[in-house]
Amino acid sequence: MSADSKGFLASFDYLDSTVDAIENLRKAGFKEIKAYAPYPEHHIEAALGYGQSPVRVFTLVGGLTGAATGFAFTTWTSMDWPLVVGGKPIVSIPAYVVIAFEMTVLFGALATVIGLFILSRLPDLKPSVVYDPEFSSGRYGVYVEAAAERADEARRILDAEDPAELREGEEVADV
Amino acid sequence: MATSTATERGALTHPDVEQLSDVNRDVLKILSKPGKGWWILFLIASAGVGMFLGSWAWQVYRGIGVSGLNAPVGWGVYITTFVFWVGIAHSGTLISAILFLFRAPWRQSIYRAAEAMTVFAVMTAGLFPLIHVGRLWHAYWLIPYPNSRFLWPNFKSPLVWDVFAVTTYFTVSAVFFYLGTVPDIAAARDGSKGLRKKLYSVISLGWRGTDRQWHHFGKAYIFLAALATPLVLSVHSVVSWDFAMAIVPGWHATIFAPYFVAGAIFSGVAMVITLTVVMRKVFGLEAYLTTKHYDAMAKLCLLTSLIVLYAYLSEFFMAWYSGEEIERTAFWNRLFGDYWWATWIMLTCNGLVPIMLWFKRIRHSIPALFVISIFINIGMWFERYVIVVTSLHHEFEPWAWGIYRPSLTEMGIMVGSFAWFGFWFLLFTRLLPPVAIAELKEVLPPPMRKRTKEAHS
Repeated sequence: MSADSKGFLASFDYLDSTVDAIENLRKAGFKEIKAYAPYPEHHIEAALGYGQSPVRVFTLVGGLTGAATGFAFTTWTSMDWPLVVGGKPIVSIPAYVVIAFEMTVLFGALATVIGLFILSRLPDLKPSVVYDPEFSSGRYGVYVEAAAERADEARRILDAEDPAELREGEEVADV
Repeated sequence: MATSTATERGALTHPDVEQLSDVNRDVLKILSKPGKGWWILFLIASAGVGMFLGSWAWQVYRGIGVSGLNAPVGWGVYITTFVFWVGIAHSGTLISAILFLFRAPWRQSIYRAAEAMTVFAVMTAGLFPLIHVGRLWHAYWLIPYPNSRFLWPNFKSPLVWDVFAVTTYFTVSAVFFYLGTVPDIAAARDGSKGLRKKLYSVISLGWRGTDRQWHHFGKAYIFLAALATPLVLSVHSVVSWDFAMAIVPGWHATIFAPYFVAGAIFSGVAMVITLTVVMRKVFGLEAYLTTKHYDAMAKLCLLTSLIVLYAYLSEFFMAWYSGEEIERTAFWNRLFGDYWWATWIMLTCNGLVPIMLWFKRIRHSIPALFVISIFINIGMWFERYVIVVTSLHHEFEPWAWGIYRPSLTEMGIMVGSFAWFGFWFLLFTRLLPPVAIAELKEVLPPPMRKRTKEAHS
């Protein structure tokens, strides 16, 4: 987006207005749309055309790494100093399943969190002007960025859905 | 913004919560100035923590001899209390993860408190092996690290499995708890000022509730729940194998893993009832914790109580049916031996008292549930006491039988652990939103401008 683009932030009291605004903006060809909601709302996600989240790849890779680590580590340490304990083989796979399982869960969970942080760009501690404290309470928000010549069109689409508040400014958010 | 008529609202989980922002108002109110009741409880808890740490310090100073532990009973109140707290933790994960995957609509109001309970209960439980080993400065020997003697832990030992299970459980449940709280900390941030705002800004990680954040958050949460579900079952199974892998009569049983898991959920749900009844009263959360929630929890208690009772009876039956003299003696001794009172407390509290939950009137009476939940908590502590102590004091050889009596230090640590748990739980209710704000809104009807038009699907 060029530097002379404009940003609009509309707050809505109603879910259907929010979803309609997003759909109309997308129909009109606006690409830089960001939505805010006080809770996970799948209608908004659907309106924005989200597919599968790649978090699952992190979970899978983390889990498999954990399983492999669990088996490899227990086996290696048993071979490192072979001691017969309880009449069991030096490498007792059934006993190591427990360790491998716990490592699968541990690595899988931590990888999921790392994936979430990377994908949703958290933590993000710089103060953002494109935000309203109402978005964590009872209102939905739609932020759209439009080139200067299409600014009026974007404002018209948002206005048509009767927003509780409509802010505009030069600031460009990282959508 | 009320979007439904009064009759329609009757069918909802929270008929008295009218709009989304009500949730913020009612929940964030709890975080403001603490009342007198909170301070009294907090002072009692702090005094208890003093007793807990004092008793422990005394044991560290004098040595493990100040406890009643000796041959033949080497595991006593410490291991009993360890298993008790791990068990308490389990229903928190059950409510937050398993009921999440099953989409149970009644979990939203209670799950944050249940999850906090999990984290603090595992934290408390984790101290007990350290207390129990006596020389806690050697506890790091349990962790596999390269050392000068090239020795590694024995990974075939259930005690090492337990180290891995409990540390994984603590890590995962703490992460799960924190992550679920992030959007609500953001809500607290937006509703606060000054120093609190600064604190919440940092620990909310700058959460803004954007579509991208919610999208990935939702998926990550499902995966964490899916990982936590088998984890919770594995942890108490591993704890039960600490016993079942040994050949001690009364411990060596294949039923132990499911029996322990059911018992854990039973005691944990009872603890959730105990805690939330107090919270509901002190913080005025009647609109969020309704009789529907307590009814559902009571049914869960009833179910797990039946499973636990079945396990007790089948243990006695198997001891008789096996024809094994030592096994028979062990279980006869359990019912009529030196510790008969502990066994009968266990059977009464866990088997008889919950029978009252069959009645709807009892399930809908919150004072009755509160009293029953305390009975269950006591009963479940005694269950572990029975398993640990009666089995050890009366093993194979008659000349090796002996009596165990907990010392004052042990009782101080055991009672103090409840204060230690309460201390953290009380701090939690003041510092983090104790009711899940964002998730509650998911079960409220969304505000709609056009009543006639269905929401876009």
